[in-house]
Amino acid sequence: MTNSFRHEPDGPDTADAAGLQRRTFMGWVLAGATLTVAADLGLAQKAEAVVPSGPQVADLYDLEDAQTDSALPTSQLITIVINEDGTASFEMPRTEVGQGIITSTSMIIAEELDLPIDKVKVTMAKARQELAFNQLTAGSNTTFSTYTPFRVAAAIARQQLLEAAAILLGTQADRLITTGGVVRDTLGNEITYGDLAIEAAKQVVEAVEVVLRGEEKFRVIGKPQNRLDSRDAVTGKKKFTTDLQIKNALPTMVCRPPTHLGKPVKLLNTSAISRMPGVTHVAQIPTGIAVRAKTFGQCIDAVRAMKVQWEDGSAANESDDTILEELRAAEIPMLVPEVPGLAKTIETDCVFAFKSSAALEPYAAIADVRSDKATIWAGIKSPIFAQNQVAAITGLPPTAVTVNVITGGGSFGHKLFADHIKEATEASKAMGVPVKLMWHRADEPRQGRLHPMATSRVRATILAGEVLSFEQRHTSVLTDFEHGFGEILTNVADELPSQLGNYTLSQSVFALTQQMPYNFGVLDQLLNETVAPGDALSERFSTGSMRNIYSPDVCTAAELTVDKLAKAAKMDPVKFRLKYLKDPRVKAVLRKVAEEGNFGRKMAPNTAQGVAIHKEYKGCTAVLVEIDNRPATVNRDLGPETVTGPRVTKVVLAIDAGLVINPRGLEAQMQGGIMDGIALTLTSSNHFENGRFLEASWDNYFYTRQWNVPFDVEVHIMDTDSKTPGGGGEAAVGSTAAAVACAYARATGTNPTYFPIQHEKPLAFKPKSFVPPVPPSPTNGLSRTY
Amino acid sequence: MPKQTFILNGKTTTVNVADDVRVLWVLRDVLGVTGPKYGCGINVCKACTSHINGKAFNPCSVRVGDLKPKDRVTTIEGLAKTAPGDLHPMQQAWIDLDVAQCGYCQPGQIMAAVALVKKVRREGREIEESDLDSIRNICRCGTYVRIREAIQQGASQM
Ligand code: FES
Ligand code: FES
Repeated sequence: MTNSFRHEPDGPDTADAAGLQRRTFMGWVLAGATLTVAADLGLAQKAEAVVPSGPQVADLYDLEDAQTDSALPTSQLITIVINEDGTASFEMPRTEVGQGIITSTSMIIAEELDLPIDKVKVTMAKARQELAFNQLTAGSNTTFSTYTPFRVAAAIARQQLLEAAAILLGTQADRLITTGGVVRDTLGNEITYGDLAIEAAKQVVEAVEVVLRGEEKFRVIGKPQNRLDSRDAVTGKKKFTTDLQIKNALPTMVCRPPTHLGKPVKLLNTSAISRMPGVTHVAQIPTGIAVRAKTFGQCIDAVRAMKVQWEDGSAANESDDTILEELRAAEIPMLVPEVPGLAKTIETDCVFAFKSSAALEPYAAIADVRSDKATIWAGIKSPIFAQNQVAAITGLPPTAVTVNVITGGGSFGHKLFADHIKEATEASKAMGVPVKLMWHRADEPRQGRLHPMATSRVRATILAGEVLSFEQRHTSVLTDFEHGFGEILTNVADELPSQLGNYTLSQSVFALTQQMPYNFGVLDQLLNETVAPGDALSERFSTGSMRNIYSPDVCTAAELTVDKLAKAAKMDPVKFRLKYLKDPRVKAVLRKVAEEGNFGRKMAPNTAQGVAIHKEYKGCTAVLVEIDNRPATVNRDLGPETVTGPRVTKVVLAIDAGLVINPRGLEAQMQGGIMDGIALTLTSSNHFENGRFLEASWDNYFYTRQWNVPFDVEVHIMDTDSKTPGGGGEAAVGSTAAAVACAYARATGTNPTYFPIQHEKPLAFKPKSFVPPVPPSPTNGLSRTY
Repeated sequence: MPKQTFILNGKTTTVNVADDVRVLWVLRDVLGVTGPKYGCGINVCKACTSHINGKAFNPCSVRVGDLKPKDRVTTIEGLAKTAPGDLHPMQQAWIDLDVAQCGYCQPGQIMAAVALVKKVRREGREIEESDLDSIRNICRCGTYVRIREAIQQGASQM
């Protein structure tokens, strides 16, 4: 008998043949033309704190728990519909931005429903107010928080199909089996799900219970699966926001101020602009002057021709140096004094420059604002937040606002915010017509969301080879969590560990994400920000998280310090870490990379290895890199505005992510995160000068490019007993950034203190004009063919 | 309004649009051919990479008035038809190696890869690491490792 279908009316647990405890879950069959089932999205198991001695907050209860718990009391139903063509439809309350969650969600449903994966149709739900905190895609939380509810819904659908088939076949449901979307009895009779879809439909809502199938029976989950949208992606069929043809939504762009977050006072040549070729509308909106035209090219021409009177942004007199001074002044002192005598004090003091979280797809949103309703199409990870913003701007009730969620061309933190949606709404409202609003590339690093500048200081003491204390003080320009993290934490305030009582929101997020998994005696990590939310200066910068919130910077400073401690203890960096690491899972990933990457092998002069570990989101990673800092590599000349520099030649990463839904997808996330980590340490940053960010192009903002890519990248996914899926989207970034920093320090024999390394070098590009704010469109493309 | 004529994905195409509109906007905003993506508009990111007469070019940096009636413009939508089979071998390699993450850069990556392989073949060589290093197409999702593998596989079938 299969144990995947069973009624257990009493008691929360049932034991299966193997003696495993298995929970019974409750769900619903809804009224519908075809079988429609529902589960409560808040089913994710509540995080339980076991209290060992002296752990950090995030060891007990981390950001994923906070996000997951916030879902519990408020969540509503997610539904699966079985269609007459044998497919199953599901509207996922999360946003695909490239991380592969449509594929992994389809796998989860295919698994429990016994349906081929190509018959599972997952789309993205429009903004649903009643989902409250449960429609936010952030913090690598998707799989962790949705795994159980999605499985329950699919299992109920299968159970209902079996019951309907049993009646038709004159047998009992537990004598039937399901495979590939077909129900079979022992005599060889078959009925497809499609044929059962109407038969199994109900007229009234009915509560049912279901037991999930055992993990040992998984045939889809845990097997490598290619992305379901890969064919569309390689044939040009995959549609992003600006690819949509929405009637009358013409291209729209915004002429922006020269200073960061400056404001328009007025357009001085309105009539000249209105008469330009293709231009249909011009309107002032809070962030600049919007222009709508037949093509984006004509918008660019109009933006360049605008004469605008601007008001400066509130950081107009600031630069990298003055912001750094401000950070220094805000740093909180260490507790452990520089101990005189035998103990040795190890200090690290790093600066991390501003970084742009822009994706390759620029911010883009379509808005159609009418007097009685508004409709939005956009890549957005916080659709309910966006819906509320649109309601506030238009004066419409949120119920009159439809937010269609479109697959995003990358996010990295950018699409948590509704900046693009707000602007499109303002423009459509002011112009009285639908708009397809897109940011120019130059707008992104200059006016878009930034990871804030920060310093991270560490003081550790070591006596006779034993680490006595390890303190870290992270000081940062304020990070904006406006998009919903804030509400989540407020919502679960009662559940949060009491240590967070006096913390600001950012400090809480910091405490919920940072884990130093070493036994380093007195251990303490604290965050401080230069201004408090709500202060006059809190709106100076457009900030946000960026493929991790604090971890890459914190991890880099911490792991550089661990290397110094190892040196002081005269131990090799891997052995030293293994000696002090608390968690066997972290030790295992570190051992894995040391072994696979042949740690300690003899390296040529000016080349070196580096290792680092990182623990976050219920999982952990270790990374080993090799870096080449030989002049022939560093000085490669690949043309103007092309940063070569030291090259990471090899990366070996191991991850323990708990239960893995799609190893192929997880590997892709690791490979991508590795590229981010390399850029953070070596090349990618924004320079701030007199209120202006200088970068305006991908040849100014030096994200990893092919000439920076390691020749050899290995990803090892650890076998684990964990039944809980951990987060993957961000896991590789911090440990890679840190390992590259450690390798760079070793290869150069220096103590790097400013990241990325490139930031302090002479500017590798000529800054583009600020007035006009976007560069001209070149005309010489035909002389650059190959 | 001047009439602009060129061959788009095998079909002679005529549009009414001013000479100095860049080809990218003619494709995307006028003709609704949205495979080539905008990522910078200044010939840097290479997301719009397409082919002109079989060679890679960036339509964000070419005035439509500079196209001649005989010029063959191929976008990602027309690539499959330039080779036997259902998909171009480079597209198949991209699928086999599961390259795309968000997918925004990938039309441009594939078009660049095909042109690069043809270019080194014209030079009498096969793809080397230094050729892969020379690719300027940005992928902000960091799919570079799989792109490198896919180009090798795609080239072997071209
Ligand atoms: S949009 Fe054409 S190269 Fe970037
Ligand atoms: S796949 Fe997202 S930019 Fe390349």
